[in-house]
Amino acid sequence: MVQQFKKKSNMENSINLTLKVWRQNGPKEKGRFETYQVSNISTDSSFLEMLDVLNEQLINEGKEPVAFDHDCREGICGMCSLYINGHPHGPDDRVTTCQLHMRNFNDGDTITIEPWRSAGFPVIKDLIVDRQAFDKIIAAGGYVSVNTGGVPDANAMPISKADADEAMDAASCIGCGACVAACKNGSAMLFVSAKVSQLALLPQGKVEAARRAKNMVSKMDELGFGNCTNTGACEVECPKGISLANIARLNREFIKAKAQD
Amino acid sequence: MIKLDAKIPEGPLAQKWSNYKANQKLVNPSNKRKLDVIIVGTGLAGASAASSLGEMGFNVKIFTIQDSPRRAHSIAAQGGINAAKNYPNDGDSIFRLFYDTVKGGDYRAREANVYRLAEVSNSIIDQCVAQGVPFAREYGGLLDNRSFGGAQVSRTFYAKGQTGQQLLLGAYQALMRQVNAGTVEMHTRTELVDIVIVDGKARGIITRDLVTGKLEKHFAHAVVLGTGGYGNAFFLSTNAMGSNGSAALKAYHKGAAFANPCFAQIHPTCIPVHGEFQSKLTLMSESLRNDGRIWVPKKKEDAEAIRAGKLKPTQIAEEDRDYYLERRYPAFGNLVPRDVASRAAKERCDAGFGVGTTGLAVYLDFKTSIERLGKEAIEDRYGNLFQMYEKIVDDNPYETPMMIYPAIHYTMGGIWVDYNLQTTVPGLFSIGEANFSDHGANRLGASALMQGLADGYFVLPYTIQNYLADDIATPRMTTDEKEFVEAEKAINDRITKLMKIKGKRSVDSIHKELGVVMWDFVGMARNKEGLQKALERIKEVKKEFWTNVRIPGSEEGMNVELEKANRLADFIEIGELMARDGLNREESCGGHFREEYQTPEGEALRQDDKFAYVSCWEYQGEDKAPVMHKEDLVFENVKLIQRNYK
Ligand SMILES: Cc1cc2nc3c(=O)[nH]c(=O)nc-3n(C[C@H](O)[C@H](O)[C@H](O)COP(=O)(O)OP(=O)(O)OC[C@H]3O[C@@H](n4cnc5c(N)ncnc54)[C@H](O)[C@@H]3O)c2cc1C
Ligand code: SF4
Ligand code: FES
Repeated sequence: MVQQFKKKSNMENSINLTLKVWRQNGPKEKGRFETYQVSNISTDSSFLEMLDVLNEQLINEGKEPVAFDHDCREGICGMCSLYINGHPHGPDDRVTTCQLHMRNFNDGDTITIEPWRSAGFPVIKDLIVDRQAFDKIIAAGGYVSVNTGGVPDANAMPISKADADEAMDAASCIGCGACVAACKNGSAMLFVSAKVSQLALLPQGKVEAARRAKNMVSKMDELGFGNCTNTGACEVECPKGISLANIARLNREFIKAKAQD
Repeated sequence: MIKLDAKIPEGPLAQKWSNYKANQKLVNPSNKRKLDVIIVGTGLAGASAASSLGEMGFNVKIFTIQDSPRRAHSIAAQGGINAAKNYPNDGDSIFRLFYDTVKGGDYRAREANVYRLAEVSNSIIDQCVAQGVPFAREYGGLLDNRSFGGAQVSRTFYAKGQTGQQLLLGAYQALMRQVNAGTVEMHTRTELVDIVIVDGKARGIITRDLVTGKLEKHFAHAVVLGTGGYGNAFFLSTNAMGSNGSAALKAYHKGAAFANPCFAQIHPTCIPVHGEFQSKLTLMSESLRNDGRIWVPKKKEDAEAIRAGKLKPTQIAEEDRDYYLERRYPAFGNLVPRDVASRAAKERCDAGFGVGTTGLAVYLDFKTSIERLGKEAIEDRYGNLFQMYEKIVDDNPYETPMMIYPAIHYTMGGIWVDYNLQTTVPGLFSIGEANFSDHGANRLGASALMQGLADGYFVLPYTIQNYLADDIATPRMTTDEKEFVEAEKAINDRITKLMKIKGKRSVDSIHKELGVVMWDFVGMARNKEGLQKALERIKEVKKEFWTNVRIPGSEEGMNVELEKANRLADFIEIGELMARDGLNREESCGGHFREEYQTPEGEALRQDDKFAYVSCWEYQGEDKAPVMHKEDLVFENVKLIQRNYK
């Protein structure tokens, strides 16, 4: 029979770290940094597994563990967040926090961990923020208005591979909100533009493209997200490589909608 | 006592569903507004059902434990979704998809349901394309297909390695459109903690708001569970961290039969376990087996040298490699079904040929394909998977073969449902992975997404009307009724009891203990003695949990440890049920491999004369042994043969 939990092999390295973690009991409470030490962290483990170790330690000491959002731990659900040493999703490129591995850190490092900070995303507890605003923006128009059934055959409308691929790139946004956290204005433009672009690139979505852009942008404004001033910080921190070109496409659709008004 | 009636419509297989639809009851538009439907879960099944029912005019309330419906576990599906379109013109048909699914499931699924699934599969693809799902296309602009294990045709549609994400976003967007239209009310970060039965019918649920900790009562004329699978009973699995079996277990406690609990799927291509702090296992899509070849060293001394770090896989000469799947199964080769591939990997590793530092890994090698097709083609197909592998393992799979090992992935077992997708409790329905589904003892790749969306878009919206049509005269009930109040109190008591334990161990540490028992005795290979031992050990884990778990904080406000404890208490019961069912099923079929029942070549040996049935467990109360009922499976359209992938 196979033993599932092997002892650590001796080929791995382990490191000791100092963590400065934001703790906040509830939305209206005042937050503060707490400092913790963790030791013997395998460099093969992920950042969230490192936090699991911290939490196990806190529970054993009779303290409340640090609350953080996560689910898939595969970089696809968009649930994990964390502002690590001043970067949304930490120092590595093109990965979410759950895919960030401890080999990116050195023995003895101090790591500062904070929640997303933005007017659009209020803190719920510790490192967990409320991102329902993103759902509201999608509800304002981030879809093709078709009902179930009564649609044409899937191959009735050929779509060029180039357009399909570009739409797919835009569609790979995971709705994590790192773009908002990275933006000094707290704008959600990269997120909104990714959905607007995906659907505007496809013939199915073109029909409503201008209206969609207008409705989603005005919902974004209404929810307290800031304006886009093209600093490009969002693109740098986006774990899925969503490109600024999408914002340009959104602006074109937006202008069209204004012209139609 | 539960009465099982599958309610399979009369008539020849291919006409059953059309006949059903032609004769079913419908609810007229003005009555739809008066009917409330609760849907729990926003995965492919839940989201597609909620958007469809909302569009039809029903009053829908939907619940998810995540912060957004878009984060349901379905988002993580990588490889693709099957349909019988036969676009590549390679001989596919509805019958063939039906046949492959029944055979792939080792003849333990209900023919009529599977046929209907194959029948509606094509509409799913049409629907998703209309929503703007960016499926992969060929240069001519038409949809591209790939092959998956257990099939000899190319019928899998995909969106890079992110098919689940794109399908879920399509369903999510349709759902948010209904939220905007006011037909669906969304409840995020809200967990179902019990189901309320009034006069024998499901009439609502009790939920816990995960932000405030408050319990809430919700009424509905019908309740639908699309809450996913229970693979996390094993602690380590490819499922998302929040995936859980609690809703299914509550249904079971309230009188729904739990079917085939022991049928769990072990996926052959996951990244091997790296250490004791590991929190979950990462799947490498099965689609990789299209172009990757699986091997281990032929010589034991080579395997030993690799494990000791003295030899690299690239240094092993071609003739010293054992491509064991191609050797054992020349017809299907690397594309044998998942259960077969998983067991073959275990067999090689147990025999001492495994690689990696632990010896619990085999190679998945792209060298031949890269030579044949070029690096770009491989990158185009699997770029994001290769990147993911590299981030996790710190190795470049374009140059060194990947290392993989089987892991728990999917549960075919689940809540028993009839042809209407209704459980043994009237008014309680179940869809998606949560039900015992159409996959028998083993699910074929790319068929879970198909089933989830079939249930939600194209089956439940019809069948639920058949039930609701008789309920139009039932007025909305207030949740002050005693059944609601009692259910709420029971949950309150349970939470208080949990908080009072104040023991010494974290929830996770006990969950890991359960996981080891499950993997060792209820995992890839099972036997009587082991399963009996599992039942004893699970009892000990249960006792440890209820006397020694430590949940810091309070029941008010957000408390992640309390959430986990609630789910673990349920996983322990599910684990016990799995072991019990595995012990009962004295045969090997699909994902359930009993070592006592195998052919001389080590293949699974079914006992059709004794076990061609669905085992349906009925709850009898705490610490009482459940009663097993049989739904006999009748095969009129396929002949039962030993699955042969040679
Ligand atoms: C890594 C991975 C890759 C996969 N790849 C493929 C593939 O390529 N092709 C394929 O066909 N299948 C694949 N599968 C399987 C497939 O993804 C799942 O079986 C399927 O998505 C399940 O969908 P679902 O809607 O039934 O449930 P889920 O997507 O699991 O959704 C469950 C929902 O229920 C909610 N929920 C659960 N419990 C409660 C509760 N108590 N109260 C309130 N809400 C609750 C959750 O919040 C969630 O919204 C894969 C699975 C994994 C793990
Ligand atoms: S655009 Fe990028 S950073 Fe913003 S939500 Fe999408 S994936 Fe996250
Ligand atoms: S946990 Fe899902 S993206 Fe990180």
